Amino acid sequence: MRVRSELLADAWLVASKDLRIERSSRVVASQVLPFGLIVLILFGFGISPDRRVVEADRTVLEQVAPGLFWLTVFLASLLALGRSFAIESADGSLEALRLTGLDPGGVFLGKSLAVAAELLVLEALLGAGALLLYGAPLGHPFLLMVVVVAATASIAAAGTLYSALASGSRVRDTLVPVLVLPALAPALLGATLATEAALFGPPSDGWPWAGLLGAFAVLYFGAGMLSFGLMLEET
Amino acid sequence: MSPPTSTGPAATPTGSKLTRVLGSLSLAFLAIFLLFGLMLSPPEVSQREAVRLFYIHVPSAVIALYLAFGLTAVGSVVYLRKRSTFWDLLAWSAAEIGVLFCAFTLVTGMLWGRPTWGVFWKWDPRLTSTAISFVLFIGYLAVRQLDLTPEARSSRAAVLGIIGFLNTIVVRFSVSWWQSLHQGTTLNPVDTQMDGLHLLSFFLGFATLALVFSWLLVHRFRVAWLAHQAGEAGLDRALAERRAEATGRTV
Amino acid sequence: MVSVRDAVCLLGNFPALAGADLELESGEVVLLEGPNGAGKSTLLRLCAGLIGLRQGSGDVLGNDLATRGGRQQTRRAVGLLAHHSALYGELTVEENVRFWSRANRAFDADVEPALERLGLSDRLRSVPVAALSAGQRRRTALAVVVCRRARLWLLDEPHAGLDAAGRDLVDGLVRDAAAAGATVLLSSHEIDRATDLAHRVVRVVAGQTPVSGGHS
Repeated sequence: MRVRSELLADAWLVASKDLRIERSSRVVASQVLPFGLIVLILFGFGISPDRRVVEADRTVLEQVAPGLFWLTVFLASLLALGRSFAIESADGSLEALRLTGLDPGGVFLGKSLAVAAELLVLEALLGAGALLLYGAPLGHPFLLMVVVVAATASIAAAGTLYSALASGSRVRDTLVPVLVLPALAPALLGATLATEAALFGPPSDGWPWAGLLGAFAVLYFGAGMLSFGLMLEET
Repeated sequence: MSPPTSTGPAATPTGSKLTRVLGSLSLAFLAIFLLFGLMLSPPEVSQREAVRLFYIHVPSAVIALYLAFGLTAVGSVVYLRKRSTFWDLLAWSAAEIGVLFCAFTLVTGMLWGRPTWGVFWKWDPRLTSTAISFVLFIGYLAVRQLDLTPEARSSRAAVLGIIGFLNTIVVRFSVSWWQSLHQGTTLNPVDTQMDGLHLLSFFLGFATLALVFSWLLVHRFRVAWLAHQAGEAGLDRALAERRAEATGRTV
Repeated sequence: MVSVRDAVCLLGNFPALAGADLELESGEVVLLEGPNGAGKSTLLRLCAGLIGLRQGSGDVLGNDLATRGGRQQTRRAVGLLAHHSALYGELTVEENVRFWSRANRAFDADVEPALERLGLSDRLRSVPVAALSAGQRRRTALAVVVCRRARLWLLDEPHAGLDAAGRDLVDGLVRDAAAAGATVLLSSHEIDRATDLAHRVVRVVAGQTPVSGGHS
């Protein structure tokens, strides 16, 4: 279908533009990633690394590693989202995007995919850091991969939608977390429990949560593509 | 009583026949409810005296999450379709009263938890999801105050009103699921055995809170409507001033 | 081409336009003249389909400005040079022009001539926009507008921030566009230069257009 290929082409145009900007500015790599790392380390201070869970024969840190990892990713994603919209608001580009023939749904898709790509790299590095620092086993890699992809899609889609909702306003940076974090609460729950199942087993406990994450991502991608034009219509 | 002699638009009351009826009904129901809820109904077997809090806690949760935020979602859908100020302001008013009822739910929930569970907060699905939706709809109220054009504020708030309600349902569902897997069973208000006077008191509590909700909603809506009208009047004035500025210069 | 009648436009609660009229014929170059805060930019943005009409009526290139759909069609059809250049500081001049040209559904083949025309085809093409001077940035934004090949050009202070050579370049672009049949509406504080350029001057005062016309 012609319309659909145009949407994807627009999404690709916007996503590659955002990624090219990241390649030359390295803001996510040099600022958001270190932020995530320090949060992982500071969680260790808060929980005290040597305490053990007697019945599971693990350290507390190992036990709560999935939750801490995802919480770190959620916090870091707020910065990545802030950056994604800061590059549009710096010189009035958001308005210029309204003047183009781009499909608003495609712009939404492009911006969320770029954020998702950045988050995937971030998660790979932070995940390695979490395995190292917290010492959790890597039980079921396939489930883990599915969870990572579905959770990333959820964060990117919901985050982009709520950032657009607050865009053009002077209070965007402070409003976005208030909107994104409660909305993403089910995704954090799902990602944490599914990751727990992927690390410590049994994986059958994790698949339903991965399904919830998938449904959540679909809901937000749909809502974002439908409403993005509406939100950029008037400012 | 003779009507007060009003001299200007500032005296426009937000009351109406409807609000007076709703207000009187609320008071009457409140009196009957207090009678049954506090005096006539006996302590319950497992919750003992705390059951009386439960008569207002559960109804306020249901009213906030489903009635109020549901109304916000419906108003938002209609607003986006028809661009009607009425539905826009109704969605806004319902969200504001809904947030109030959420706060009330959280407070009564914690007060109920202390004697029943021994702690103010247990990760009960109802309380937890109410807390999350509470924050989400505080975000909605913040969007209503954004420094954008009124049209942009309204359409963005409408998007959030719809998604926020759907998200509320997902939150509720996921938190319940989480709890059913991990915590085992906690004492849940709905599971407890109630009969006769307990049930009657519960329904009286529900009816009373529903009436109070409607009464507040109508008032809040009328305030929003009058503020909107005042804004329109201000616009005419601003337009006249702007026009006078030009003739001042050219003449 | 453009027909705006008794337009009232709000910026927040402020009526930036309080009953403005504008009629543009095909191929015309028209200058909007007036003090700061008169509503020139708002009138240009109205014609670009960026803001809604509160009162009055408007038609641009056959699109009704009172409807969402009409405004959307208008936005896709016009070439607006706004106050903000809408360039990404991290991308090079060429990357910016190519991105916006694709986003505007313009032809890739038009990018190279546009860069050349605006003196951006040599060393500057691969310089990140953040490293450019204000004038060079303006030229880059103009290159984006040129690529659009719009039938209606809306230029908000195109002379601002440019040196004499740059201002001549702008005049040349406007003349060429008009010669090719496009309509140009511009605002400028370079009154002498702009009056020479324009076929007609429309005065904007306090959001209105009290006296219109006056051929130069």
